[in-house]
Amino acid sequence: MRRRPDFRPLPSEITPREAFVSRRQLLQGALALTLAGTGSLASAANSLRFRKNPVYSTQEKVNSFEEITTYNNFYEFGTGKSDPAERSAQFRPTPWSLTVAGEAEVTGTFSLEDVLRPHALEERIYRLRCVEAWSMVVPWVGVPLGDVIKRFRPTSRAKYVAFKTVFRPGEMPGQRFPVLDWPYVEGLRIDEAMHPLTILAVGVYGEPLPNQNGAPLRLVVPWKYGFKSIKSIVELRFTEQQPPTSWNRSAPQEYGFYANVNPEVDHPRWSQAKERRIGTGVFAPRVPTLPFNGYAEQVAGLYRGMDLVRYY
Amino acid sequence: MRHYLKPALFVLCALPLAWLLLRAFGIGGLGLGANPIDELQDRLGEWALRILLATLCVTPLAVTLRKPWLMGLRRMLGLYAFAYLLLHFLTWFVLDQWANVTDIGMDIVKRPYITVGFAAFLMLVPLAATSTRGWMRRLGARWHSLHRLVYPAAILGCVHFWWQVKADWREPAVYAALLSILLGWRVLRSRRRRMTVAAAHAS
Repeated sequence: MRRRPDFRPLPSEITPREAFVSRRQLLQGALALTLAGTGSLASAANSLRFRKNPVYSTQEKVNSFEEITTYNNFYEFGTGKSDPAERSAQFRPTPWSLTVAGEAEVTGTFSLEDVLRPHALEERIYRLRCVEAWSMVVPWVGVPLGDVIKRFRPTSRAKYVAFKTVFRPGEMPGQRFPVLDWPYVEGLRIDEAMHPLTILAVGVYGEPLPNQNGAPLRLVVPWKYGFKSIKSIVELRFTEQQPPTSWNRSAPQEYGFYANVNPEVDHPRWSQAKERRIGTGVFAPRVPTLPFNGYAEQVAGLYRGMDLVRYY
Repeated sequence: MRHYLKPALFVLCALPLAWLLLRAFGIGGLGLGANPIDELQDRLGEWALRILLATLCVTPLAVTLRKPWLMGLRRMLGLYAFAYLLLHFLTWFVLDQWANVTDIGMDIVKRPYITVGFAAFLMLVPLAATSTRGWMRRLGARWHSLHRLVYPAAILGCVHFWWQVKADWREPAVYAALLSILLGWRVLRSRRRRMTVAAAHAS
């Protein structure tokens, strides 16, 4: 592992493993507690310290905490919408470390605290559009992925960023059957990863992420279908070639690498023209889906000249 | 047993609907979750298919157990399957699509899983309509031919479920396997019958 002066060493490198593990156990349970005193998170039980970012937030009505935490697609815990909430209690999101690899000057395995320490958390209220034609509005708490990436100093060969979800079939019952080819992997083009709208989220509704929402660290890319926003990330790899992505591998004709929200390009089996906004009730009609999920003004430039029907 | 089975099944088949109604009206703190329309649609469709498969179990059971009185359950189960299917269809038509016939027409034409599901529904409408004793008498032998539509309808029902699954095909696979056994039994039976008849003619 190459190290730079601005990068704190992993606690395990300076402390015997047994010592830090037992110390972690004392602090276990709350990400907030393990991060207490670092300045980015408050020490008050389970609440994150963050500032609101109105520039990047929508004014739309936010979905309830219950809706956001009981209606999830997180196949690692099961394929039913309520499975992630009901079957994720065994999952241990602390301690957590992130491996950074590939085409970058700074690589290695870092504790989540070290990855986040220099960054101020902010709240971003984003629309989330699922490829299954439903949507929510979610108040995420996180940091811009681009700011984090810069600290690892990707080289000129880093054209893509590949992400990997943790593989723990003991704690994630959905991983005991190969519904998808575990572990889940995702990827972004480097310019998509560096875009200011792209964040690494650690919380929702001001609290650390519940297990079912991708604790303790997940990606949020609001102009893409939800499956791009990979959860419980353990690895970030800079690559020269476009990395494989789980849903694309599972059904390549249905899920592309880009997966930008696009009402003009239907899923082969269903229309993407409209969406159902969760929480609007039984008698609310579907609403039209917007190109790039309503973020076209900010992100359409990334795809100028690209055939979005071909690169779905 | 003989006298209690039918009323017991009648109550049993009504339970999923009663449960959905309790959840829909929030009785006893129950609910349909964050996406009530999808939940209603999925559960109603699932029970329609399950009860349709149960209906197709009646004949094989009556024959192999040599209990012809079991045939008396077939119409009730079939009508229950249709009732769940009708509610499934209406949830889609009214709550999901807002009776927007343009969108609905497009979906039926363009989305194969909706095409086959809708076809299965259309096939079962005349069966439900002609389920009375009066219609059985009026149609005579043609009644049996008409009611063979239940087989393609069941196949399309299973396909309809399979084609909308994203990656987890385990549940539709169970239904498809059960349907294969039920239809396979009928194919073997009719072949055996034909052979018996042919043998009788030859001798």
